[in-house]
Amino acid sequence: MSWQIAALQQLINGLAVGSVYALIALGYTMVYGIIKLINFAHGDIYMLGAYFGFYAITMLKLPLLPAMLVSMVAAAIVGVLLERIAYRPLRSSPRISVLITAIGASLLFQSTAQLVFGASFRPFPQAMPFRRIQLGPVFITNRQLLIFGVAVLLMVILHVLVTYTKFGKAMRAVARDKEAALLMGINVDRIISATFALGSALAATAGILVGMYYNRIDPYMGMMPGLKAFVAAVLGGIGIVPGAVVGGLLMGVAENLVVTLGSSTLRDAVAFAVLIVVLLFRPNGLLGKKGMEKV
Amino acid sequence: MIMLEVEDLTVHYGVIQAIKGISFQVQEGEIFTLLGANGAGKTTTLKALSGLLPKTQGKVRFRGGDITTTPSHALPALGLVHVPEGRRIFSGLSVADNLLLGAYHRKDKAGIKADLEAVYELFPRLAERRKQDAGSLSGGEQQMLAMGRGLMSSPKLLLLDEPSMGLAPILVEEIFRFIQEINKRGTTILLVEQNAHLALEISHQACVLETGQIALAGSAAEVAADGRIQEIYLGAG
Repeated sequence: MSWQIAALQQLINGLAVGSVYALIALGYTMVYGIIKLINFAHGDIYMLGAYFGFYAITMLKLPLLPAMLVSMVAAAIVGVLLERIAYRPLRSSPRISVLITAIGASLLFQSTAQLVFGASFRPFPQAMPFRRIQLGPVFITNRQLLIFGVAVLLMVILHVLVTYTKFGKAMRAVARDKEAALLMGINVDRIISATFALGSALAATAGILVGMYYNRIDPYMGMMPGLKAFVAAVLGGIGIVPGAVVGGLLMGVAENLVVTLGSSTLRDAVAFAVLIVVLLFRPNGLLGKKGMEKV
Repeated sequence: MIMLEVEDLTVHYGVIQAIKGISFQVQEGEIFTLLGANGAGKTTTLKALSGLLPKTQGKVRFRGGDITTTPSHALPALGLVHVPEGRRIFSGLSVADNLLLGAYHRKDKAGIKADLEAVYELFPRLAERRKQDAGSLSGGEQQMLAMGRGLMSSPKLLLLDEPSMGLAPILVEEIFRFIQEINKRGTTILLVEQNAHLALEISHQACVLETGQIALAGSAAEVAADGRIQEIYLGAG
């Protein structure tokens, strides 16, 4: 295989992984947009989503898509509770307190998962038979197609929701100015809960997709993708919904192309190198405008 | 009929008592103005009425019902709408979306549509810019948008905080004409203003706040004629 073909193959793999990053990054960016919090426990909700999917398939004997829905709902509930119990009481505290709480919540989720689900990794049930589709010199797997399909579908739904519906407009109003939103009769607490629910449901789907893709899940699986998705959100411009998608895809492609260039050990380093370079030249992210964040 | 009844309202910022037990009544159909120098407690009073600041003491009744502890987001549905100081429009959303957010609590689609047309008729400049980002409007247009957004909530009582702040003199007069027009169409108005002269001209009742207490109250004409108003403004200014 010549290097061009290898690069093309890694591009496909990168887009698949990138779609997953994008799904997770959307949750980071929406939560940041609305309460200016980097929810460091978000990667762990992704992990929980994978386990919820695992049990829905193995114990409830559900097919893949219904299992995904069950996991989305369960993760949404966890996300809403997390905000309600850990973050809401700190709403008027300094940002650093909430940030530390988020890190604490992340550790709590990981340890609890280790206690309940066991520390060792589990093979994820293959709810669909593996197939590989030849596309000229490269191939794409049916799992990758599933990832693209589900990711694109969810992103389109989210876009329509945020741009055109009354809920989406209320969400953007709350992100702009909570007090003014309250005065319009918008129940700000409820909108914030809904934002956590949405972000968590997207992360749960990502968890299941990755479980299927890599065929394994473990209680710490949320750490690295969570961190990378956070980087992806910052890359695209944190708080900007399309930015999360662009950042996620870019991140996935970049780290897979490095593998082509011969170094799979540098894979994780690349994500952060990309971040440093982009932020040097565009501190507000790729889609961010200068001075976007108003005080 | 009494639209709003404020009784012994007290508000604290931390340990500082910003409002020291004030009482007043706003009658249905009138323009009631709250005057006072900077820091006298005008904005604080409005924020406490609309639930943005906690009240340490006192009672607030709106159209006969107790709203002392009603959360902010539940007030527009009752008919009490607060247009905050500094306009606070939602930039990034279109003019039309801003107006529709004013009608967030309403379910009557036909009524919302009719009110939207009425707002566009009242403020033709908003109609011209309905698709534009609200953040791109001029200061005067943003004030019109803030007032229009308030009207979309279908208010019985509109709390207007410093609607003329930061506007060119010619726009200030325009804004005051709009306030009068909104009032003529049947909305009671509780106005907070720095511009005492113009405010008293269009008001029915007025009261003057001085360091969190009511220093002077009565009909707008009485307050305007009272020599003490100069003193209060100049003295505390």
